[in-house]
Amino acid sequence: INLCHLLSTIDMGIFQRFARIPLKSTYIWSLCRQYSTDLTAVDRALIQHRCVHNRGLGASPGNPGAAPPRLPFSRVTQEDLAFFRTLLPGRTITDPDLLKSSNVDWLKTVEGNSEVLLRPKTTEEVSQILRYCNERNLAVCPQGGNTGLVGGSVPVFDEIILSTSLMKQVITFDNISGILTCQAGCVLENLSNYLEERDFIMPLDLGAKGSCHIGGNVSTNAGGLRLLRYGSLRGTVLGLEVVLADGRILNCLATLRKDNTGYDLKQLFIGSEGTLGVITAVSILCPRKPKAVNVAFLGCSSFQQLLETFQCCRGMLGEILSAFEFLDASCMSLLEKHLKLTNPITESPFYIVIETAGSNATHDEEKLHKFLEEVMTSSLVTDGTVATEATKIKALWSLRERVTEALTHEGYTYKYDISLPVEKIYDLVQDMRGHLGDMAKNVVGYGHVGDGNLHLNITSPSKDPALLAAIEPYVYEWTSKWKGSISAEHGLGLKKRNYIYYSKPSEAVALMGSIKAMLDPKGILNPYKTLPDNIH
Amino acid sequence: MSARVLVGVKRVIDYAVKIRVKPDRTGVVTDGVKHSMNPFCEIAVEEAVKLKEKKLVKEVVAVSCGPQQVQETIRTALAMGADRGIHVEVSGKDYETLGPLQVSKILAALAKKEQADLIILGKQAIDDDCNQTGQMTAALLDWPQRSPEDGTFASEVNIEADKLKVVREIDGGLETIKINLPAVVTADLRLNTPRYATLPNIMKAKKKKIANVKPADLGVDVSSRLEVLKVDEPPQRQAGVKVETVHDLVGKLKEAGRI
Repeated sequence: INLCHLLSTIDMGIFQRFARIPLKSTYIWSLCRQYSTDLTAVDRALIQHRCVHNRGLGASPGNPGAAPPRLPFSRVTQEDLAFFRTLLPGRTITDPDLLKSSNVDWLKTVEGNSEVLLRPKTTEEVSQILRYCNERNLAVCPQGGNTGLVGGSVPVFDEIILSTSLMKQVITFDNISGILTCQAGCVLENLSNYLEERDFIMPLDLGAKGSCHIGGNVSTNAGGLRLLRYGSLRGTVLGLEVVLADGRILNCLATLRKDNTGYDLKQLFIGSEGTLGVITAVSILCPRKPKAVNVAFLGCSSFQQLLETFQCCRGMLGEILSAFEFLDASCMSLLEKHLKLTNPITESPFYIVIETAGSNATHDEEKLHKFLEEVMTSSLVTDGTVATEATKIKALWSLRERVTEALTHEGYTYKYDISLPVEKIYDLVQDMRGHLGDMAKNVVGYGHVGDGNLHLNITSPSKDPALLAAIEPYVYEWTSKWKGSISAEHGLGLKKRNYIYYSKPSEAVALMGSIKAMLDPKGILNPYKTLPDNIH
Repeated sequence: MSARVLVGVKRVIDYAVKIRVKPDRTGVVTDGVKHSMNPFCEIAVEEAVKLKEKKLVKEVVAVSCGPQQVQETIRTALAMGADRGIHVEVSGKDYETLGPLQVSKILAALAKKEQADLIILGKQAIDDDCNQTGQMTAALLDWPQRSPEDGTFASEVNIEADKLKVVREIDGGLETIKINLPAVVTADLRLNTPRYATLPNIMKAKKKKIANVKPADLGVDVSSRLEVLKVDEPPQRQAGVKVETVHDLVGKLKEAGRI
C-alpha cells in the first residue's frame, strides 16, 4: 500500500478509514521516510502531524479530546469523609444536587462524577487536604469559578473537587506601588470593584469576570481584553503562594517588582492548570485607573481594511490604546437573534471595538477624533460610533463580551482558540466555512485581533461526531502549518491535552512530563489534563 | 410643515457613576466626575429627530443652560440629528442654584424668541428628579402640556394639521389625544430608544452652529429663592442577622418589639 501517497492527498475520509488499522506510529514514520524526497515540505509537515494524530492517543483514534480510562487512584471511603468533615465542618459537600453544578463545566460539554466537594478557607486547610490525599492516593480537581472552556476545571471521574470559593479575602493592598495581595478564590469582578474605589484597576479583564477566580486566572494564564495594554499575567503576577501535591506550602508571595534571586518558580505554576500545585494566594501589580476611557465601535467592509485600521490605530492612538477586538457579521446576527442586542451602526462584514485609556480626557478625545476622521475619510472604516459615558461604554463592550453567551443558545459549540499571524486570522474562518459547508450551523470568528488571537466557533444543533471529525484535526493542522498555537489563552485542559504536539516539540513535552513527575509523583493533581496521555 | 422644535438637554452626572457627597455636605462631588446627557433628554432629542425625519417639523434646536462644558451635551444632540444649538451661559454660583423655575423661564423666553411651535423636554432629570420644568414652561407660555407616557407605554407622537396627536397605552387599551400646537411635550423612558450618534453624524455636528446667549439677554433673572441647607447620604443599610432556630427568631423579634 502506498500509504504516503494516500496520506499526502488531503482526503480526511480515506485517512480515517485507514486509521482503524492498528498501525504503530513508528511503522508509518519509517514508510514516510522512504518517500521523503518525493514530497514537498508541506506534505511532510502534514504527514508528521497525521502520525501525531494517530499515536493512539485518547480513548479512541479520531477523538483525542475524550477522556482516557480511569487511572488506579483510590476511591473515597467513609474514613476519608470523616477526616474531611473534621477538618472542614459544614464545608464538606456530598449532596449530589449541590455537587451537580461543580461536576459540569460552563459550556455543559463535560461532566464528571465527583462525590465530594471541599471548601477550605485557609492555605493551611488546603495543605492538610493535599497531604492526606497524597498519602491516600486520592485524585484532586482544583476548581475556581468553573468558567474554563477546555474541560480543565471539572473532574473526569470521581476526583475530589477542591474549591477556592471560600478563599476570598483581600490580604493587603499598597496604594503607592499598586500591589494587591489576595487569596486565590477572589472573584475578578469583586477585585476590580475593590480596586476601582482606590483608583486602581486589575491588569486583566475578561467576559467571565463575574464568576472567575483570580487563582483560576493565574493557573490558566488567562489573557483577556486588556492584554494588549498591560501584558500577560506572566508579567503582572509578582508572587504566588502554592500548595504542592504532598501538602508542602511554597510561599513565594513576594510583593517586589524586581527580585532576581534564584529560579523564578512562580512561572512554573502560572498556566500549569492546577497540575503542578494549587495556588492559594496571589500578589499582582495593578495599574492606575485611567481617568478617561473611550470606546469606539467601527464597521469595516473587509479584513484587509480591518488590519490597516489596526496599523493606523497603533500609529495614531499608540500609548492610549488599551484594547482592539473584532467580531464578524455572523457574531452580530447571533447577538441580535439570541440576546436581542441592537447593532449601533450599519451592518458590516466586520466590527471593531477599540478602547482607549489615558490620564487626560481632552487629549485622548482629540487623538481619538483625529484617528476616527482619518479612518473615515480614507474609507478604511464605513461607519462607527463613539462612547465616553460609562453606560454607553458598557453597552458597546457587551457586543463583544457576550458573543460567547449568544453562541451557547445555538445548541452545541465547538470552540477553538487559536494564535496565528495577524494577516491569516480570518483566512482560517473562511477556509473552515468552505471546508464544512452544510455540516455546520454557523461558523463565526471573533477575538483579540490585536494579539493575533482568534476565537473560532462552530455551532451545530447538537453534538455531532461527523462534524467534529471534519473539524479536527483539520483546524490543528492548518494552525500548525502557519506555526500558530492551538490554544492561545484557553489552555489545554481535558479537551486539548493530546494536541499539544501541534504546537510544542516532543522534547519540550517530555521535559514537562519530568517536571510533573518531580512535583507530583503520584499524579493526584488534576489528572487527565494539560499533558498528553502518552506522557505516563 | 414649517414647525420648529426646541429640545432642552441637561448635562448631568452620568447614570453609572457612584455619587459621593462633598465633605462639607453642601452638595455632591462634580469635579472630575463623568457627565453625560440626561437619559430622558436623549429620548426627547430622539423624538424630535424622528419628527424631522417624518418631515413633520422643519428644524430641531437643542438648548442647554450651564457653563462651558454643556456645549459637549449640545454637540451630542447635534450628532443625533439636531440642526443647531443654543448655549445659555450660566456659571458659578448661579449654576449651582439653577433650578426648574429659572430654566422654564429661560425656555419660555427662547420659545418666544425662536418662534418655536413645539417644546420637547425630558420628563425629569436624574440628578434632581424634579419633574417640574416641562409643566412650569407650559404654564409660563400658557401652552398645553402632555407627557405621551404618563407612566404607561407611549406609542407615537405625530403632528396632524395644527394639532399634536399623541397615542398612548392605558389600562383599557389605546388612548388618542389631540392637543393644540404650540405645546410642551415631556418624554418618559419608554417613548423610544435613542439612537447611537454615528461617526458621519459626529463629523457633521462639528460644523453645526451653537449660539451663545446670556439669561440677561432674554430678560430672565436666574437668582434662586431656594437655599440648600444640607446634603446627606442615605443611611447605610444595616446587615441582617442570621439565626439558627425558630426559637431564636421568635426571641429576636420579641426583643425588637415586633411581636
